[in-house]
Amino acid sequence: MKRITTAALSVLLLATAGCTDGGGGGNGSGSGNVPGVTDTEIVVGTHMPLTGPAAGGYSKIAPATKAYFDYVNANGGVHGRKITYKIKDDGYNPANTQTVVRELVLQDKVFAVLNGLGTPTHTGVLDFLKTNRVPDLFVASGSRSWNQADKYPQTFGFNPDYTVEGKILATYIKENLAGKKTCFLGQDDDFGRDSLAGVEKILGAVAAKESYVTSNPNVGPQMGALKAAGCEVVVLATVPGFTALSIGTAAKIAFKPQFVVSNVGSDPTTVGKTLGAAAPLMEGLVAANYLPLNTDEANPWIQLFKKVNAEHNGNAEFDNNVVYGMSVGYLFVQALQSAGKDLTRDKILETVQKNGFQGPGLVPLRFSAQDHSGYGGEQLTKVENGKAVYFGTPYTTDDGDGPVAPYQGQAVAPPPSGVPAA
Amino acid sequence: MTGRTAAKHEAETAGTAQAPVPDAGPVLPKRRRRVHPVIVIAAGAVLVVALTYMLPPFRNYQLATVGAYFCVTAGLTVLTGLNGQLSLGHGALMATGAYTLALTQNRWENLPLSFAMAVLVTTVVGAVIGLAAARLRGPYLAGLTLAVAIVVPSVTSTFDETFNSDQGLSVFLNPPPEQYPIEQWQAWLCWGAALVVVLLLALLVRGRFGRDLRAVRDDETAAKLAGINIARTQVLAFVVSAVCAGVSGALFAYLAQSVSPGAFPLTLSLFLVMAIVIGGLGSLFGALWGALLLVVLPALSQSVGEQTGSQRLEGNLALIVFGVVLVVVMLAAPGGLASIPSRMSRLIRRNR
Amino acid sequence: MSEFVYLTFDGLSRGLVYAAFALALVLIWRAARIVNFAQGAMAVSAVYVAYSVTNATGSYWLGFGAALLAGLALGVIVERVVMRFVDHSSPLNGVVVALGLVLIFQGVLGIVYGNEFLPFETPFSRDAFVVGGVAMLSRYDLFVFGTVGAVVIALTLLFTRTAVGLRMRAAAFAPDVSRLLGVSVGGMLTLGWALAAAVGSLAGILVVPTELGVHPTAMDVVFVSAFAAAVVGGLDSPIGAVVGGLIVGVLLSYVSGYIDVTVAPMAVLALLVVVLLGRPGGLFSSSKARVA
Repeated sequence: MKRITTAALSVLLLATAGCTDGGGGGNGSGSGNVPGVTDTEIVVGTHMPLTGPAAGGYSKIAPATKAYFDYVNANGGVHGRKITYKIKDDGYNPANTQTVVRELVLQDKVFAVLNGLGTPTHTGVLDFLKTNRVPDLFVASGSRSWNQADKYPQTFGFNPDYTVEGKILATYIKENLAGKKTCFLGQDDDFGRDSLAGVEKILGAVAAKESYVTSNPNVGPQMGALKAAGCEVVVLATVPGFTALSIGTAAKIAFKPQFVVSNVGSDPTTVGKTLGAAAPLMEGLVAANYLPLNTDEANPWIQLFKKVNAEHNGNAEFDNNVVYGMSVGYLFVQALQSAGKDLTRDKILETVQKNGFQGPGLVPLRFSAQDHSGYGGEQLTKVENGKAVYFGTPYTTDDGDGPVAPYQGQAVAPPPSGVPAA
Repeated sequence: MTGRTAAKHEAETAGTAQAPVPDAGPVLPKRRRRVHPVIVIAAGAVLVVALTYMLPPFRNYQLATVGAYFCVTAGLTVLTGLNGQLSLGHGALMATGAYTLALTQNRWENLPLSFAMAVLVTTVVGAVIGLAAARLRGPYLAGLTLAVAIVVPSVTSTFDETFNSDQGLSVFLNPPPEQYPIEQWQAWLCWGAALVVVLLLALLVRGRFGRDLRAVRDDETAAKLAGINIARTQVLAFVVSAVCAGVSGALFAYLAQSVSPGAFPLTLSLFLVMAIVIGGLGSLFGALWGALLLVVLPALSQSVGEQTGSQRLEGNLALIVFGVVLVVVMLAAPGGLASIPSRMSRLIRRNR
Repeated sequence: MSEFVYLTFDGLSRGLVYAAFALALVLIWRAARIVNFAQGAMAVSAVYVAYSVTNATGSYWLGFGAALLAGLALGVIVERVVMRFVDHSSPLNGVVVALGLVLIFQGVLGIVYGNEFLPFETPFSRDAFVVGGVAMLSRYDLFVFGTVGAVVIALTLLFTRTAVGLRMRAAAFAPDVSRLLGVSVGGMLTLGWALAAAVGSLAGILVVPTELGVHPTAMDVVFVSAFAAAVVGGLDSPIGAVVGGLIVGVLLSYVSGYIDVTVAPMAVLALLVVVLLGRPGGLFSSSKARVA
């Protein structure tokens, strides 16, 4: 019978583990029955890679968002409520994402999941979040999967999708590098595929295309093949580490094409760090962005975010991941402000759908009843003296065959308090 | 050197003790007052059903994950603990089951059929790997199975029209009957499958097959002299444990409503081995301990990390805790957690 | 043609790193009958030491030396503090303890340095010499060739020409007899671990600058390739480790270059299947079947 006792004990262990923190989150709803919302608090959560090979750079996003929330809380919160941001590490493993998102929703009873990061990781929890009617806001990835308003009415993206970006990068090539032999290196998933689709919509078939997988940090063979194909322009749909690796490897074999890089993989701080002494190779690199650049000291948004970073983020190194995280935080606070004092899950979804947000972004968000994709365009950047700088005007387009059009709208400045008004 | 497993070692030391020590699970031979597996499993089923009514939803989900892990750890226990074959590739076999379930389910929307297909396909894959594995010993087998473990993302990317590369597939599922919360339903399904799998394993290893397994593990030459077909026994052991892994993978696909290679990384395969060794090799109860650890330990250490509030501690602390537990258990109690009660009782008896 | 030349040199350069790493695995296997799964994590720890020293002093070579010393020290510590107390009645125990060490190392490194890829420089240019329009190999590749070559020669001399080497071999193959003959078996074991860990660290410091940078998991992939190399060559054979490393390196390079990079792990699996089904103890195994 000892076996059974052991078994019983072991299951009890599980049960007690459940009781230790089960009580706290469960019955904390003061105003009505909205999970995660009381008169004094709004609990939201996210999943991010804080450990593992994918954590580089990305692990700074959620702390930056949290820092912005702390700043808002220190300034009185939103409608008298403080925002609590629960950050769960999933190590970029979709199986862990399943667990931590369930923990957030079922155990911590979060009001919404905010800025969950990664295409393969977040794809797996769409159905779960839908079943539990949890708002799934501003997913941190440029996949087009977040834009399925019929199937996943509670999910909204944030990043411009990779096809939109591909079209804008290709337009630059078409206008400025016409006649050059253009090739493509992309990650072997939606990121690479959608990006290539966007590029080919504008340019037609590329001269050569290669792919890489994150589990194999060697792009020597691919760069060799692109060189052999005589490429003069190479579009990279790569994460930062692989951008650095590609540029470094190309230089190694005396292959010096013009690189045109996706926003996701172009943060000069992150890429430059990986390149180390070879960082000058980045000079002239063309990329795109849709948020203020971390090095643009004159930008009022950057001034605001730097202040928040100093006060609430332990003065973490100020790169574009921090700008991104704080922009997400700003947008969420905007949505909370417009949703009003009687916050419900339906209300926040309605508010986001209504759109009309004006924030740090250079182009408008596309949110509407039918469209749940995030920013609708980007502006091109070029690396000069180790810093990315914007040139030209922002462009907007769609992920279909729509034209790539310059966007004329004016950038707005943040409110003096740094907290969006109700 | 091949198969001198901890279980055998433990059985030997137990044999030298004066008093009969009930330290080995129902799968070890010649223990007095053995409870029939059917009774144990029935008791387990009652316990699980009772628990699902007591636990909050998230704990029910975790309970379901324990059940899903239990399938694979039980199968791996039979392979490694009883037959002495080390596999570092069971994560890949789980992926096989998971992808089979996803593909079948998305085409025919019939869950029992999908599980049956998962069993069928992993049987075939297990047989293929098992045939190769039967020729190999020790680290060479480890090397081959390690290569199997890392081939998953490569296969899904190369044949991305079927498997959709790193992004994986979502699984079409009909919602469970309305009167039951979904997490409770998940726990029932996973534990139902786990208990059936474990019951079958327990019955299987009680009989002649179990004796053959241990004979091959302990001394191949002697086993051969006794007329046991070594290669056949080893391949069968591999197939049995592969099927268990396939069922487990299918359960995970069901739980997650999605499959992707990232969910079956090399670390999963390694964690499985660690879990059964910590749990205690050679006993199906050790496998239960292992499954429980796979769920509880990361969760506990993550909540500790959260309470300290440091970004860097979070996640990393979990690794350290898991690592320290592993090393300490291995140094202090190489028989695994399942052997601790008997060690304790032996200690107490010695002190009396 | 130019692509073939380039792929060959690229593969050989990486293959030599795999070879060095596989050599470290073989050294420990021969001495202690343990496949040291913690080799990668130990090597990364040493590379982090090099990173810190190089950043503090500005000298690559001081960092290089510090990494080798750190490797030696780690080998001694791991053997004396942990591995010595592992119950060897089952070969699994050693494997599992090593896996536990991997988690501890990676966790500690993650806390101390963060989970970011940190840049690590090469002492020589990685730009390849271009001969007649064909990219050949770089100064850094030559440095890798030279270093690994020197290590292989030094180890060969150690084991075949010196008394210490003889004692180490004796302690590994016949511990009881050696003990009777007055050889400090424990000491030889520690020495074996220290040497192996230093060679592993060397491989780490050579390969990390050619990839994404220093990261707690930076050697995981290298470990898998190197383990495959050691198994292909035969775990008891240092020559096998070197040959196996070169085979795996060049194979991976050709497959990635001519077919597709996603196929590479399948190629490694296929190589293992073909070699092991033909020779279950690896290419350079001496015994007909391995029951150890």
